[in-house]
Amino acid sequence: MTHATGKFNMKSSNKRLAIPWIGALTLACSAWIGAASADSNGAPPPAAYLQECGSCHAPFGAKMLPVASWRAVMSSLDKHFGSDASMDAPTTKALTQWLVANPSRKVTTRPPEDRITKSTYFARKHSEISAAVWARPAVKSQVNCTACHTRAAEGSYSEREIVIPK
Amino acid sequence: MDRKILHFLSYLGLILSPVLAHAVTPHEQLAAYAKAAGVPANPAAGQQFFTEKHGKDWSCATCHSVNPAATGKHATTGKAITALAPAGDATRFTDVAKTEKWFKRNCNDVLGRECSASEKANLLAWLVTVK
Repeated sequence: MTHATGKFNMKSSNKRLAIPWIGALTLACSAWIGAASADSNGAPPPAAYLQECGSCHAPFGAKMLPVASWRAVMSSLDKHFGSDASMDAPTTKALTQWLVANPSRKVTTRPPEDRITKSTYFARKHSEISAAVWARPAVKSQVNCTACHTRAAEGSYSEREIVIPK
Repeated sequence: MDRKILHFLSYLGLILSPVLAHAVTPHEQLAAYAKAAGVPANPAAGQQFFTEKHGKDWSCATCHSVNPAATGKHATTGKAITALAPAGDATRFTDVAKTEKWFKRNCNDVLGRECSASEKANLLAWLVTVK
């Protein structure tokens, strides 16, 4: 009986030791995965973002614009770069919250007209792309993200996923 | 107790609302627009409405293609748009909220105002006939 109790206690104390370790390991792993995806890709977008914003253009990453730009864009959706892109109030609020929670850490000043393609960040990221590549029929426009970013439709812009069409 | 029942019913409503929103056919939406318009829908007028410009740069056909059963293309971004006619995309006009959202956006782009029930009825009357 004593023996059994002792065994039980030992197991239990092992468990007590193991739980914080598992917790710490899980936290470390998720932090590492989080950091990796944030560096290469930004936060994964909510489903409503893919649906609402991704209907007319590739769902751009939240980290492509600073907070002030996202606020300006999201508060003028009825006049959105020549088009009415208005959404219902709860969706607008939810998506604004997601965008301003995951903005660019590198771009802090608003690009002209709040256009991603006019930001210095965009120019730097695409500095190796020649005019000839931009002019290819499969590319044509700087807003045609999916031409080269193979997973842009899912809101993913990782460098590993780039395939430049011939 | 009554409050609990009310809560339960409101949650049930929340859960069911997307299901109910989807439980509609293009013909049911057409009937609702025609009823709101108070006049029978005119498919020929719908086709003309779709194809013509209305004082702005774009017509409906600019992005949705002259043949709405074919894949369209966004005039600014070049993004592919699935067919507008139910014959080309069976999910079209099966969700009232989605239909209304896009009518509001696109009528503003094409006409600079919201479309009337009669214009929506005419357009839908034509779209359901396109093969």
